[in-house]
Amino acid sequence: MACIKRKHLEQYLEDIEVFENPKVELEQYPTKPHIASHMLYTMQASYGDVENKLIADLGCGCGALSLGAAMLGAGTVVGYDVDPDALEIWNANCAEMEITTCQAVLCDLTQGFPSYSFPKQFDTVIMNPPFGTKRKGIDMEFLQMALHMASTAVYSLHKTSTRDHVLSKAEKWGAKGEVLAELRYDLPASYRFHKKQTVDIEVDFIRFSFPKTKCEKVKS
Amino acid sequence: MKLLTHNVLSSKCLKGVSVGYPLRLNATDIKVVDVDYNSEFVSRMIPKINYSALYDAAQSIGHLNGLPDAVVDDFESNEDFLKAVHHVLLEVDIVSGDLECPESGRKFPITRGIPNMLVNENEVNEINGSNGYNN
Repeated sequence: MACIKRKHLEQYLEDIEVFENPKVELEQYPTKPHIASHMLYTMQASYGDVENKLIADLGCGCGALSLGAAMLGAGTVVGYDVDPDALEIWNANCAEMEITTCQAVLCDLTQGFPSYSFPKQFDTVIMNPPFGTKRKGIDMEFLQMALHMASTAVYSLHKTSTRDHVLSKAEKWGAKGEVLAELRYDLPASYRFHKKQTVDIEVDFIRFSFPKTKCEKVKS
Repeated sequence: MKLLTHNVLSSKCLKGVSVGYPLRLNATDIKVVDVDYNSEFVSRMIPKINYSALYDAAQSIGHLNGLPDAVVDDFESNEDFLKAVHHVLLEVDIVSGDLECPESGRKFPITRGIPNMLVNENEVNEINGSNGYNN
């Protein structure tokens, strides 16, 4: 079992640096320490999907989920992001926290990287993907890639309003989604177009797993 | 970039590339970092990684450190072997250099330990096209 308490994890995550200038087109919202710590704790305490696992963090940004997973004893975390500025901060965060089990790759998931070559090499995939408000469908591109990479489970956040769509897509791709929690996600008014101080949106925390009996080939 | 990351990267998404693996590794700056040895994790990784790609990559940058050229039969209980894999997989860190697509020769720079796999739109296959995935 993980050796640090959830509250402590949250405190550690409070210390990591986040985006200086979030990029609107990439929908860069940091995963808040409170939410990140609860997600990671559930993954480990209820499912054992963190400790000693090989984990991918898609759209890792500045690394709240990656670093949190590393703190909970992940074997190795590979973070993927399209933004070099975010990965600079990610690198600095790892150095600051003296974490040696995290790795970053600069790539664009919408171009097919990290790659479709090797299915199921990772145990667990975690992500807080863009919700697709700027580029429609990108959340599903992330999910499809994640399901391809994970052998055990994918943990992700999606807008509650899109739940039916998300679950049915996942099923088509051979995965079963289970909503673990409904969250109120307070997006800070980090962009100029946000008029209010914060914007609360409803978000599902979903675990996708692969039913063992069903072994479907993807039809072309 | 650790060799574990190298082991899971390919350039298959490039147009005209069919396998794109393993990427050739050219390192100009390498550092060796201390990572806590976790025998359970390393032993679980062995069936998941492409061992010959790991061996070749380590050899090409002169960091084999006694890694045998094939997985030993009793790898789960062979501490010496697991420690050798641990070192090569997780402690050898390529700070700068590049990764090269074995088919097209396209180079991907590694800067401050981060491989840059970004390519231009016209270099990649249409997503959901030839890779066998659809919506």
